[in-house]
Amino acid sequence: MTADKFDFLFFTETLGMPVYDLKHRRIGRVKDAAIVPLIHPARVDRFLVGAGASWLSVRYDQIASISLSDGIKLSNEKLYPYHSDEYMLRIGRDLLDQQIIDVNGRKVVRVNDVTFEIKHEERDFLVVLEVDVGIRSILRRLTQGVVPPKWVRKVQRPIEPNSIRWEFCNIVEADPLRRLRLNISHDKLELLHPADLADIVEELGPAEREAIMGTIDSEVAAEALSEIDPRMQASILEGLEPEVAADIVDEMSPDQAADALGELEDETSAEILDEMESEPLEDVKELLEYDEHTAGGMMNTEAIVLPEETTLDTAMKRLREHEDLLENTHVLFLADSIGKITGAVPLARLFLADGATQMKDLSLDRLISTTPGERESRVTELFDKYNLLALPVLQEDGTLAGVITADDVISVLRHR
Amino acid sequence: MPDLIARFKRHIVVFLAVLGPGFITAMVDNDSGGIYTYSQAGARWLYLPLWTLLPITIALIVAQEMCSRMGAVTGKGLSDLIREEFGLRMTFGIMILLVLANLTNIVAEFAGVATALDIFGVSKFISVPIAAVLVWFLAVKGNYQSVEKIFLFACVIYVSYIAAGILVRPDWKEAAINSVRPQLMMDSGYITMLIAMVGTTIAPWMQFYLQAAVVEKGVTPKEYRESRFEVIVGCILTSVIAFFIIVACAGAYRDHPTDIQSAKEAALALKPFGEYAVLLFSAGLLNASVFAACILPLSTAYSVCEGLGFESGVSRTWNEAPIFYWLYTLLIVIGAGIVIIPRFPLVQMILLSQVLNGMLLPFILIFMIILINKKNLMHEWINPPAYNAVAWITVIVVIGMTLALTGITIRNPQ
Repeated sequence: MTADKFDFLFFTETLGMPVYDLKHRRIGRVKDAAIVPLIHPARVDRFLVGAGASWLSVRYDQIASISLSDGIKLSNEKLYPYHSDEYMLRIGRDLLDQQIIDVNGRKVVRVNDVTFEIKHEERDFLVVLEVDVGIRSILRRLTQGVVPPKWVRKVQRPIEPNSIRWEFCNIVEADPLRRLRLNISHDKLELLHPADLADIVEELGPAEREAIMGTIDSEVAAEALSEIDPRMQASILEGLEPEVAADIVDEMSPDQAADALGELEDETSAEILDEMESEPLEDVKELLEYDEHTAGGMMNTEAIVLPEETTLDTAMKRLREHEDLLENTHVLFLADSIGKITGAVPLARLFLADGATQMKDLSLDRLISTTPGERESRVTELFDKYNLLALPVLQEDGTLAGVITADDVISVLRHR
Repeated sequence: MPDLIARFKRHIVVFLAVLGPGFITAMVDNDSGGIYTYSQAGARWLYLPLWTLLPITIALIVAQEMCSRMGAVTGKGLSDLIREEFGLRMTFGIMILLVLANLTNIVAEFAGVATALDIFGVSKFISVPIAAVLVWFLAVKGNYQSVEKIFLFACVIYVSYIAAGILVRPDWKEAAINSVRPQLMMDSGYITMLIAMVGTTIAPWMQFYLQAAVVEKGVTPKEYRESRFEVIVGCILTSVIAFFIIVACAGAYRDHPTDIQSAKEAALALKPFGEYAVLLFSAGLLNASVFAACILPLSTAYSVCEGLGFESGVSRTWNEAPIFYWLYTLLIVIGAGIVIIPRFPLVQMILLSQVLNGMLLPFILIFMIILINKKNLMHEWINPPAYNAVAWITVIVVIGMTLALTGITIRNPQ
């Protein structure tokens, strides 16, 4: 930040700052500052001033000038007593020492101090610039009030600042009504990678966790949820209303949904299953039948199966129709006329042939497969021995029950 | 009937799932300083001190239960809660005291390692550095689950004290009678001993560790009933171990009650009852000291980083969480280093750790009670009025005893 040293102000400096009326008599000292997000997301709308026994509320347009050396000078003395207001975000009470989400850094941080910019227009007002975390702000907090403000600035100058711009700060609030009143939106959270969002959610307390998972887009929530530790998954799903939980589980891939639901008490998972849509419901119910430490418990029921005579051109067309499955597809499976799986074609092979080639000619020489009841340890052995990316799980009649992919195996190995 | 069995089975499953935090914290209460205090009590006063174990257990249960409840309901550690409710300045002050108090405790643990191995003739210049390195690696290279398993195993080794207690063939009738009959004498040494027993029971760091461990374990309010049971079981077992430590020393010194200066004296006094008794006692001391030496520095680093908002966690690299790793390493290095300095007054260090703990504990206990009574934090898990009364009484008594101990220790540093 290259601003001139008198154009910015720290919240800890505003605390206790004297407030003067038009006749330059001191009315009181600043106790807190508040933003009203619905009116303006960053401007300090109110100062709460302690005058005798009660507090007064000073609006931003009643202030003539603000400065570190001279305090706050009013332009209008018609002041009203302070009444707590649900639409106000009070910096001292609601922001300082609380946890917020740093969307840019993708982590949860604790607020030590806030930096304002002093805007000089027809009157002075403050705008929140950034939130300070880190050692510099700790030093400032500790020495403020003990040592004169100008000295505090000098002392903290050599230390690297550690701040997050206000636009990237997402406030965490468990109460939905208050979230509305503070205009808290989680749009930026939805743009994060699910794994990063999962990390953030894991660091918050239970009420805040559920607040976030319940409000963001279900698809994003589903992806994030599948990256979260299974026990915490269960705790989150239990804390949400069944309809909301079902919305999220609907968006998860069936094997992840089955894993998540499997951790829950029967009663709770039954409630959620009741609220789910029928299409994902069938797959999930099927997978829930299997023990989690068997092939059946690891597999996913979504896979692309093509008749073995399909030509490459047709195969490509079919792939385009199933775009949503493509992310986790490494191998296409081939079936004969009665549905028995006869071959597997790694996607890379599709690049080497011409459009008329039949899929069965591109198939791997040997089909490695397993059964739903196979032990977890044997499955991981197969993956290692045959260098597999995907392992088909076949029913007794040879039809495809599901597919186990490498990421499932990695998860299993890590949790051993 | 089958429904009852099914529910019982479920309770057992959940209990095993949450087993860890309460148990470990309670057991590690019998660390090197604790063993020294109990040994002293038994050696000088034989079976008389046993009646204090019951009130001590109750006090321990009250304090532990509150912290584990807060951890399960809020999902946050004690430093986090103190920071959020009492602000940065208060947190900073507490953290400084915590680091100092814990540092002296760490010194006491490494001193315990040195003492235990000294009994077998291993010089402290060898035993302490090796222990320090081992301790450092365990936390840095292990993850919480595997380390917890090791700790639970260490808890089992405490059984050695039960064995030692039995080997000295104590007067069981005396022991039993004294366990329930309060004895008060106007002997200043006796009073000091009583105060020391209560004063060293609850250390501030135990509260921070327990709450953080409960959060780390992922205990939710749903599993809290089993978690509370686990905490209570841990506290009772720890008192059982303390019972046997006192009994072992009482049995060893039955003919010549002595004011002992170190746990080594106590161990050697068991010689007439067989080499095994000495071995078991020393093994117990070594186990307890290493155990506590593993937990203390780590817990301190976590608490401080949590409270001040620094990155923390052994899953992060040194670059990602520098303050955490530096603090952790320095605590071990300085702690072990002080023990190695020749002729360093170790007994003074143990007494100093008691004093610092004593100064910090009142704040921690009072904060705990304030926090646990906040409705917006604890919702329906807030303290019921009757429990609040018990909690306040316990806290006031413990604070009183601790301040008394602090006062006495400052006035007569032996």
